[in-house]
Amino acid sequence: MSEFIIKNGHVFDPVQGIKGDKKDICVKDGKVVDKVGSSAKTIDATGKTVMAGALDIHAHVAGPKVNAGRWYRPEDKHFDSHKKAGITRIEGGKSIPTVFKTGYEYARMGFTFAMEAAMPPLYARHVHEEIHDTPIIDEGALPVFGNNWFIMEYLKNQEIENTAAYIAWILRQTKGYGIKCVNPGGTEAWAWGLNCLTIHDPVPYFDITPGEIVTGLMKANEYLGLPHSFHVHQNDLGNPGNYKTTLDTLKLAEGIKAQNTFGREQVLHSTHLQFHSYKGTNWGDFESASKEVMDYVNKQKNITFDTGNVTLDETTTMTADGPFEHHLHGLNHLKWFNVDVELETAAGIVPYIYDPNISGCAKQWAIGLELALFAKDPMRCFITTDHPNAGPFTRYPRVYAWLMSKKYRDERLNTFKNADKVIAGTHLAGIDKELSLYEFACMTRAGPAKALGLAKDFGGLKAGMNADIAIYNINPDKFPSAGAEIEKAFANVAYLFKDGKICVEGGKVVDMGKKHTFWVDAKVPENKQVMHDIREKFLRYYSVNENNYPVPESYAPHQHIITVDATKA
Amino acid sequence: MNTVTLTVKKQPELYLECENVNPDAFAGKKAADIAKLGAYQGKETSTLGDFFTISGDAGATAADTKIVVNGDCTKMKYLGAKMTAGEMVVNSACDMYTGSWMKGGKLTVNGDVHSFCGLAMAGGEFTINGNAGNYLGAAYRGDWRGMSGGVLRVKGNAGSDVCSFMIGGTLIVEGDVDIHLGTHMEGGKIILKGNANRRVGGQLVKGEIYVFGKINVMMPGYKPVGEQEMDVDGTKATFVDYIGDLGERHPKRKGETVYGHLYMKK
Repeated sequence: MSEFIIKNGHVFDPVQGIKGDKKDICVKDGKVVDKVGSSAKTIDATGKTVMAGALDIHAHVAGPKVNAGRWYRPEDKHFDSHKKAGITRIEGGKSIPTVFKTGYEYARMGFTFAMEAAMPPLYARHVHEEIHDTPIIDEGALPVFGNNWFIMEYLKNQEIENTAAYIAWILRQTKGYGIKCVNPGGTEAWAWGLNCLTIHDPVPYFDITPGEIVTGLMKANEYLGLPHSFHVHQNDLGNPGNYKTTLDTLKLAEGIKAQNTFGREQVLHSTHLQFHSYKGTNWGDFESASKEVMDYVNKQKNITFDTGNVTLDETTTMTADGPFEHHLHGLNHLKWFNVDVELETAAGIVPYIYDPNISGCAKQWAIGLELALFAKDPMRCFITTDHPNAGPFTRYPRVYAWLMSKKYRDERLNTFKNADKVIAGTHLAGIDKELSLYEFACMTRAGPAKALGLAKDFGGLKAGMNADIAIYNINPDKFPSAGAEIEKAFANVAYLFKDGKICVEGGKVVDMGKKHTFWVDAKVPENKQVMHDIREKFLRYYSVNENNYPVPESYAPHQHIITVDATKA
Repeated sequence: MNTVTLTVKKQPELYLECENVNPDAFAGKKAADIAKLGAYQGKETSTLGDFFTISGDAGATAADTKIVVNGDCTKMKYLGAKMTAGEMVVNSACDMYTGSWMKGGKLTVNGDVHSFCGLAMAGGEFTINGNAGNYLGAAYRGDWRGMSGGVLRVKGNAGSDVCSFMIGGTLIVEGDVDIHLGTHMEGGKIILKGNANRRVGGQLVKGEIYVFGKINVMMPGYKPVGEQEMDVDGTKATFVDYIGDLGERHPKRKGETVYGHLYMKK
């Protein structure tokens, strides 16, 4: 393979503590190395910013729910479907882009990894088909467990070992990466027309509470020693006053210690925290609770979170939180899609317009930014838009610009139709902080890599690490003052290296790279009880035969398997 | 006002997507530049000059530009689509999306139009001196934002699903329509001078539909509440006022429920 030397760039690498120093980065055989031969190709990065490839810890980019969004929203791509010159295919869709556009756009922004945030185990094959078709970027997928019948039955009796054995079995069957939990218990309650809005609301029939599910799944995660932690979308998403439930859930992590060999320190990842940081009793007196939530998160070292920034666009909400989507449909009366996934989960989809003229939407926008700006440890705060729920991931450059320029975000804040109301109900106007490029590298590279248990090879530029490198047209000595310029620079990398190969040059995709599907193979002691339960459930309830359940290797031919061994625990 | 005349000189083998045939795209261009504007046929791009003889230069702005299209346009899509000002006359029948997403100006088709014409029209005047197909003035497939402004007039008949998801503006059909008129309407006004088949105003939230002729089968969700003497598009008559669709949600204003209205001429 070819060798490269990236010369004179301003390097930002939290792994080595490099904060913008001029440094040469050498690449050989897909890895970062200390030095290369004289025949290495030189990339001039003078006046540019060099970082590791970015990792998206939470996005809905592949699978049945994303695809249902695509087919039920033809209007999303009617005016936005075009072919760019070069080797790329037609790119269609705004909030629910095609798999091709997904891969290209991530790469153009400097990303080399995205985690599909909710995989229904029964439809894992579809998820892997789409992952396989998404070019350039590496991906993994988190199967959902928070409303799974097995899990609720085992955890009701506090059987952590059986829970872990079942999780290990599912990860292997679905080629899944970790434990995702969406509205614990609430989605199952939805099958009875109910919901769980606090961590104490019992799940009908199963007689277990969301709090017990969360605690049990965290313990099972640490029993297995998985690379990623328990990853939760909490109860009562999107409702004014929900921050109390949020804090109740986060407090469940107190006293639980991370057990793993990957350098991961957190035991709970709280996703799209913006949607869970609301004060007030209704949309009239709705206020930001970002301060209350971040005061807790900042001092609690075993928690990480991602923001879920509202981008003020028309988008498509989609989640395994079935009752929430029904609730949202009642608010905006737009088309509603709902599906139940047998013993496992459910999903809903509703289009949504985050209208800057509506004070509620503008406050949501402010809350998302506040969370990132209040975060004291950038290694535990990651920037997302919960794509496509709070906005499409293609808006990341704008979110970055709002975080890096007080002027830019104040322009937006002060021109809202209800600016007075928005400013009064949020903290943003009083925050002067502007995110530095080093903090940005923590939040988008080193931080998510560490939280996903990938810190050994990804998220940094230390010799020996994977040569996933993004070079931006940003000169830290002359940092752009206009928000639009910052956006442009983050939307079009000068270069993107993926596995040591140039995949994007001057914002243009030049190589499809070699993408990998990451999944975790967890070994557990033989468990006859769980295997018996699985057989029985398939015979009695599932619509498919147990033998038709696993994802065959042909669905993920380029797999990157991470093994963990819980047999000695 | 400058006039640009387009005359069809070659028929497309498939269909020609004339997204660039409107006063906005022509504004400020000479005939030779207009001939260079692109037009898709299937996945291939050609130019307007390949299919039309073009004479006359456009005005400086769309408002100063009039376009006359002569020859057989039955295989031309998107004529006058997205226009915001100026004038356009098509002396032929046209294919789909004619006058769709129109925001202003005046568009006249002297012939029939196919389906999906006047989609999500937001302003201006669009007159069809012939018949129209299905989904006239409706929302694009999957969208919930149909015609929101302007005046759309059809001299002949129109097909089914006319003005689905209408939210504003006025549609006048001087002939008959088929099924599903004004489905999901949330505003605007439909005047039907002829007859309708079935399912008029299904799931209608707000808005007004006037029917001069007969409805083959009336929706069950409509209830007569009285009679009114009215002047509708130049005709003075007595109309029976029905409110509905009672099976649908309705907004409240000052404590009163706001219903849609279906007025049937006596």
